[in-house]
Amino acid sequence: MRLSNLKTENIKLKEKELSVKSKTNNLSTIRDFIYNAAAEIGFPSGVIDNIVLAADEACTNIIKHAYKSYPEGEITVRLKYADKKFTIIIIDHGTPFKPDTVPDPDLQTYYRQHKVGGLGMYLMKSLMDEVKYVSVPGKYNQVLLSKNLNTAQ
Amino acid sequence: MAEFSTSTKDAGDINVIYLKGYLDAHTASVLENTLSDLIDKKKYSIVVNFKDLAYISSAGLGVFMAFIEKIRENNGDIKLAGMSDKVYNIFDLLGFPLLYEIFKSEDDAVKKFNETK
Repeated sequence: MRLSNLKTENIKLKEKELSVKSKTNNLSTIRDFIYNAAAEIGFPSGVIDNIVLAADEACTNIIKHAYKSYPEGEITVRLKYADKKFTIIIIDHGTPFKPDTVPDPDLQTYYRQHKVGGLGMYLMKSLMDEVKYVSVPGKYNQVLLSKNLNTAQ
Repeated sequence: MAEFSTSTKDAGDINVIYLKGYLDAHTASVLENTLSDLIDKKKYSIVVNFKDLAYISSAGLGVFMAFIEKIRENNGDIKLAGMSDKVYNIFDLLGFPLLYEIFKSEDDAVKKFNETK
Protein backbone atom coordinates (compact mmCIF):
# COMPACT_ATOMS: atom_id res chain seq x y z
CA MET A 1 0.00 0.00 0.00
CA ARG A 2 1.38 3.35 -0.98
CA LEU A 3 0.76 5.95 1.68
CA SER A 4 1.34 8.88 -0.63
CA ASN A 5 -1.61 7.84 -2.79
CA LEU A 6 -3.85 7.45 0.21
CA LYS A 7 -3.03 10.91 1.44
CA THR A 8 -3.88 12.52 -1.89
CA GLU A 9 -7.22 10.75 -1.97
CA ASN A 10 -8.07 12.00 1.48
CA ILE A 11 -7.84 15.59 0.40
CA LYS A 12 -11.29 16.48 -0.83
CA LEU A 13 -11.15 20.19 -0.15
CA LYS A 14 -10.75 22.42 -3.16
CA GLU A 15 -12.87 25.39 -2.27
CA LYS A 16 -15.33 26.01 0.54
CA GLU A 17 -17.21 29.05 1.70
CA LEU A 18 -19.01 30.14 4.83
CA SER A 19 -20.97 33.36 5.39
CA VAL A 20 -21.99 34.53 8.85
CA LYS A 21 -23.23 37.72 10.48
CA SER A 22 -20.71 39.88 12.32
CA LYS A 23 -21.50 38.61 15.81
CA THR A 24 -18.97 37.22 18.25
CA ASN A 25 -21.13 34.15 18.88
CA ASN A 26 -20.37 33.13 15.28
CA LEU A 27 -16.62 32.90 16.01
CA SER A 28 -16.97 29.29 17.11
CA THR A 29 -18.79 28.43 13.86
CA ILE A 30 -15.91 29.97 11.90
CA ARG A 31 -13.35 28.10 14.00
CA ASP A 32 -15.11 24.76 13.46
CA PHE A 33 -15.35 25.38 9.71
CA ILE A 34 -11.63 26.10 9.45
CA TYR A 35 -10.64 23.33 11.86
CA ASN A 36 -12.45 20.71 9.79
CA ALA A 37 -10.97 21.90 6.50
CA ALA A 38 -7.41 22.07 7.86
CA ALA A 39 -7.79 18.61 9.40
CA GLU A 40 -9.06 17.24 6.08
CA ILE A 41 -5.93 18.55 4.37
CA GLY A 42 -3.78 16.78 6.95
CA PHE A 43 -2.04 19.58 8.84
CA PRO A 44 -0.49 18.48 12.16
CA SER A 45 -2.82 19.25 15.06
CA GLY A 46 -0.63 22.01 16.51
CA VAL A 47 -0.62 23.78 13.16
CA ILE A 48 -4.40 23.41 12.83
CA ASP A 49 -4.75 25.14 16.22
CA ASN A 50 -2.58 28.01 15.02
CA ILE A 51 -4.50 28.42 11.76
CA VAL A 52 -7.81 28.42 13.64
CA LEU A 53 -6.54 31.03 16.09
CA ALA A 54 -5.23 33.29 13.30
CA ALA A 55 -8.62 33.16 11.56
CA ASP A 56 -10.44 33.87 14.84
CA GLU A 57 -8.23 36.93 15.37
CA ALA A 58 -8.92 38.20 11.84
CA CYS A 59 -12.69 37.79 12.30
CA THR A 60 -12.64 39.31 15.80
CA ASN A 61 -10.91 42.36 14.36
CA ILE A 62 -13.52 42.59 11.59
CA ILE A 63 -16.39 42.43 14.10
CA LYS A 64 -14.84 44.97 16.47
CA HIS A 65 -13.16 47.36 14.08
CA ALA A 66 -14.56 47.02 10.54
CA TYR A 67 -18.17 46.67 11.75
CA LYS A 68 -17.62 48.36 15.14
CA SER A 69 -19.71 45.62 16.78
CA TYR A 70 -22.67 46.22 14.43
CA PRO A 71 -24.14 42.68 14.41
CA GLU A 72 -25.75 42.59 10.96
CA GLY A 73 -22.61 42.90 8.83
CA GLU A 74 -21.60 40.03 6.60
CA ILE A 75 -18.38 38.05 6.99
CA THR A 76 -17.48 35.60 4.24
CA VAL A 77 -14.77 33.03 4.79
CA ARG A 78 -13.45 31.36 1.66
CA LEU A 79 -11.04 28.43 1.85
CA LYS A 80 -8.81 27.13 -0.91
CA TYR A 81 -6.26 24.40 -1.07
CA ALA A 82 -3.91 24.21 -4.03
CA ASP A 83 -0.25 23.36 -4.52
CA LYS A 84 0.09 22.38 -0.86
CA LYS A 85 -1.02 25.85 0.16
CA PHE A 86 -4.06 26.40 2.37
CA THR A 87 -5.49 29.87 1.85
CA ILE A 88 -8.16 31.57 3.95
CA ILE A 89 -9.75 34.68 2.47
CA ILE A 90 -12.01 36.67 4.77
CA ILE A 91 -14.20 39.37 3.26
CA ASP A 92 -16.19 42.12 4.97
CA HIS A 93 -18.01 45.28 3.92
CA GLY A 94 -17.17 47.44 6.91
CA THR A 95 -14.72 50.26 7.47
CA PRO A 96 -11.46 49.66 5.59
CA PHE A 97 -8.57 48.62 7.75
CA LYS A 98 -5.12 50.16 7.50
CA PRO A 99 -2.71 47.53 8.77
CA ASP A 100 0.23 49.96 8.72
CA THR A 101 -1.37 51.99 11.50
CA VAL A 102 -1.27 49.08 13.96
CA PRO A 103 1.94 49.10 15.98
CA ASP A 104 3.52 45.90 17.25
CA PRO A 105 2.21 45.03 20.69
CA ASP A 106 3.94 46.52 23.71
CA LEU A 107 2.88 44.89 26.95
CA GLN A 108 4.30 47.66 29.12
CA THR A 109 2.03 50.16 27.38
CA TYR A 110 -0.98 47.86 27.76
CA TYR A 111 -0.17 47.49 31.42
CA ARG A 112 -0.40 51.24 31.91
CA GLN A 113 -3.45 51.65 29.69
CA HIS A 114 -5.29 48.59 31.06
CA LYS A 115 -6.07 47.41 27.59
CA VAL A 116 -4.59 45.67 24.64
CA GLY A 117 -4.64 46.28 20.94
CA GLY A 118 -2.80 44.77 18.04
CA LEU A 119 -2.29 41.41 19.74
CA GLY A 120 -4.49 39.67 17.20
CA MET A 121 -2.59 41.05 14.26
CA TYR A 122 0.72 40.11 15.82
CA LEU A 123 -0.56 36.55 16.33
CA MET A 124 -1.74 36.31 12.73
CA LYS A 125 1.65 37.41 11.42
CA SER A 126 3.47 35.05 13.79
CA LEU A 127 1.32 32.00 13.12
CA MET A 128 0.75 32.19 9.36
CA ASP A 129 3.11 32.26 6.37
CA GLU A 130 1.29 35.16 4.72
CA VAL A 131 -1.06 37.90 5.94
CA LYS A 132 -2.27 40.32 3.25
CA TYR A 133 -4.86 43.07 3.40
CA VAL A 134 -6.68 44.46 0.41
CA SER A 135 -9.40 47.13 0.56
CA VAL A 136 -11.54 48.32 -2.31
CA PRO A 137 -13.16 51.42 -0.74
CA GLY A 138 -16.95 51.30 -0.79
CA LYS A 139 -16.91 47.69 -1.95
CA TYR A 140 -15.11 45.24 0.30
CA ASN A 141 -12.11 44.53 2.50
CA GLN A 142 -10.22 41.32 2.29
CA VAL A 143 -7.66 39.66 4.51
CA LEU A 144 -5.77 36.69 3.14
CA LEU A 145 -4.05 34.19 5.42
CA SER A 146 -2.06 31.29 4.09
CA LYS A 147 -0.12 28.31 5.38
CA ASN A 148 1.95 25.85 3.39
CA LEU A 149 1.51 22.17 4.24
CA ASN A 150 5.13 21.32 3.45
CA THR A 151 6.69 23.88 5.76
CA ALA A 152 4.07 23.54 8.50
CA GLN A 153 5.30 21.97 11.73
CA MET B 1 -21.85 28.38 20.08
CA ALA B 2 -18.73 27.79 22.14
CA GLU B 3 -19.14 27.20 25.83
CA PHE B 4 -17.16 28.97 28.48
CA SER B 5 -17.66 29.17 32.20
CA THR B 6 -15.81 30.11 35.33
CA SER B 7 -16.11 28.92 38.88
CA THR B 8 -14.34 30.24 41.95
CA LYS B 9 -12.96 28.81 45.15
CA ASP B 10 -12.41 30.94 48.21
CA ALA B 11 -9.35 29.50 49.90
CA GLY B 12 -9.02 32.02 52.71
CA ASP B 13 -6.82 34.88 51.56
CA ILE B 14 -6.44 33.41 48.11
CA ASN B 15 -9.18 33.03 45.51
CA VAL B 16 -8.93 30.57 42.66
CA ILE B 17 -10.77 31.06 39.36
CA TYR B 18 -11.29 27.93 37.26
CA LEU B 19 -11.68 28.47 33.53
CA LYS B 20 -13.52 25.95 31.40
CA GLY B 21 -14.07 25.75 27.66
CA TYR B 22 -13.44 28.36 24.99
CA LEU B 23 -12.32 31.88 25.88
CA ASP B 24 -12.72 34.23 22.91
CA ALA B 25 -14.16 37.67 22.08
CA HIS B 26 -17.64 36.30 22.73
CA THR B 27 -16.98 34.81 26.15
CA ALA B 28 -14.32 37.22 27.49
CA SER B 29 -17.02 39.23 29.31
CA VAL B 30 -17.77 36.21 31.52
CA LEU B 31 -14.21 36.28 32.84
CA GLU B 32 -14.31 40.09 33.12
CA ASN B 33 -17.35 39.79 35.39
CA THR B 34 -15.74 37.10 37.53
CA LEU B 35 -12.63 39.24 38.04
CA SER B 36 -14.67 42.42 38.72
CA ASP B 37 -16.71 40.59 41.36
CA LEU B 38 -13.57 39.50 43.19
CA ILE B 39 -12.10 43.00 43.05
CA ASP B 40 -15.38 44.48 44.33
CA LYS B 41 -15.04 42.16 47.31
CA LYS B 42 -11.45 43.37 47.75
CA LYS B 43 -10.08 39.95 46.90
CA TYR B 44 -6.75 40.76 45.33
CA SER B 45 -4.80 37.49 45.61
CA ILE B 46 -6.02 35.52 42.64
CA VAL B 47 -4.89 32.27 41.06
CA VAL B 48 -6.36 31.45 37.66
CA ASN B 49 -6.45 27.73 36.92
CA PHE B 50 -6.38 26.99 33.17
CA LYS B 51 -6.46 23.19 33.30
CA ASP B 52 -9.92 22.88 31.71
CA LEU B 53 -9.47 25.72 29.23
CA ALA B 54 -9.51 24.33 25.70
CA TYR B 55 -8.92 27.56 23.78
CA ILE B 56 -7.89 31.18 24.21
CA SER B 57 -7.69 34.06 21.73
CA SER B 58 -6.17 37.49 22.29
CA ALA B 59 -9.54 38.81 23.51
CA GLY B 60 -9.19 36.41 26.43
CA LEU B 61 -5.60 37.44 27.16
CA GLY B 62 -6.68 41.07 27.11
CA VAL B 63 -8.94 40.51 30.13
CA PHE B 64 -5.94 39.93 32.36
CA MET B 65 -4.43 43.25 31.31
CA ALA B 66 -7.59 45.14 32.27
CA PHE B 67 -7.33 44.30 35.96
CA ILE B 68 -3.71 43.60 36.79
CA GLU B 69 -2.58 47.11 37.70
CA LYS B 70 -5.46 47.73 40.11
CA ILE B 71 -4.82 44.37 41.74
CA ARG B 72 -1.10 45.04 42.17
CA GLU B 73 -1.76 48.52 43.53
CA ASN B 74 -3.62 46.72 46.29
CA ASN B 75 -0.66 44.42 46.99
CA GLY B 76 -2.32 41.57 45.17
CA ASP B 77 -1.50 39.62 42.06
CA ILE B 78 -2.98 37.38 39.38
CA LYS B 79 -0.96 34.20 39.09
CA LEU B 80 -1.65 31.79 36.27
CA ALA B 81 -1.51 28.00 36.58
CA GLY B 82 -2.19 24.70 34.86
CA MET B 83 -2.00 25.79 31.22
CA SER B 84 -1.80 23.24 28.43
CA ASP B 85 1.21 23.66 26.14
CA LYS B 86 -1.13 24.98 23.45
CA VAL B 87 -2.46 27.78 25.66
CA TYR B 88 0.95 28.54 27.18
CA ASN B 89 2.45 28.97 23.70
CA ILE B 90 0.04 31.82 22.96
CA PHE B 91 0.84 33.58 26.23
CA ASP B 92 4.53 33.09 25.51
CA LEU B 93 4.30 34.34 21.94
CA LEU B 94 2.76 37.59 23.21
CA GLY B 95 5.34 38.09 25.95
CA PHE B 96 3.01 37.55 28.90
CA PRO B 97 5.56 35.59 30.97
CA LEU B 98 7.36 38.93 31.48
CA LEU B 99 4.34 40.38 33.27
CA TYR B 100 2.71 37.36 34.90
CA GLU B 101 3.99 34.48 36.98
CA ILE B 102 2.92 31.23 35.35
CA PHE B 103 3.02 27.99 37.34
CA LYS B 104 2.65 24.33 36.40
CA SER B 105 0.04 23.71 39.07
CA GLU B 106 -2.48 25.60 41.18
CA ASP B 107 -0.68 24.41 44.32
CA ASP B 108 2.59 25.99 43.16
CA ALA B 109 0.84 29.30 42.55
CA VAL B 110 -0.89 29.22 45.95
CA LYS B 111 2.44 28.38 47.62
CA LYS B 112 4.06 31.38 45.98
CA PHE B 113 1.38 33.66 47.45
CA ASN B 114 1.93 32.16 50.89
CA GLU B 115 5.73 32.55 50.67
CA THR B 116 5.57 36.21 49.78
CA LYS B 117 3.30 37.20 52.66
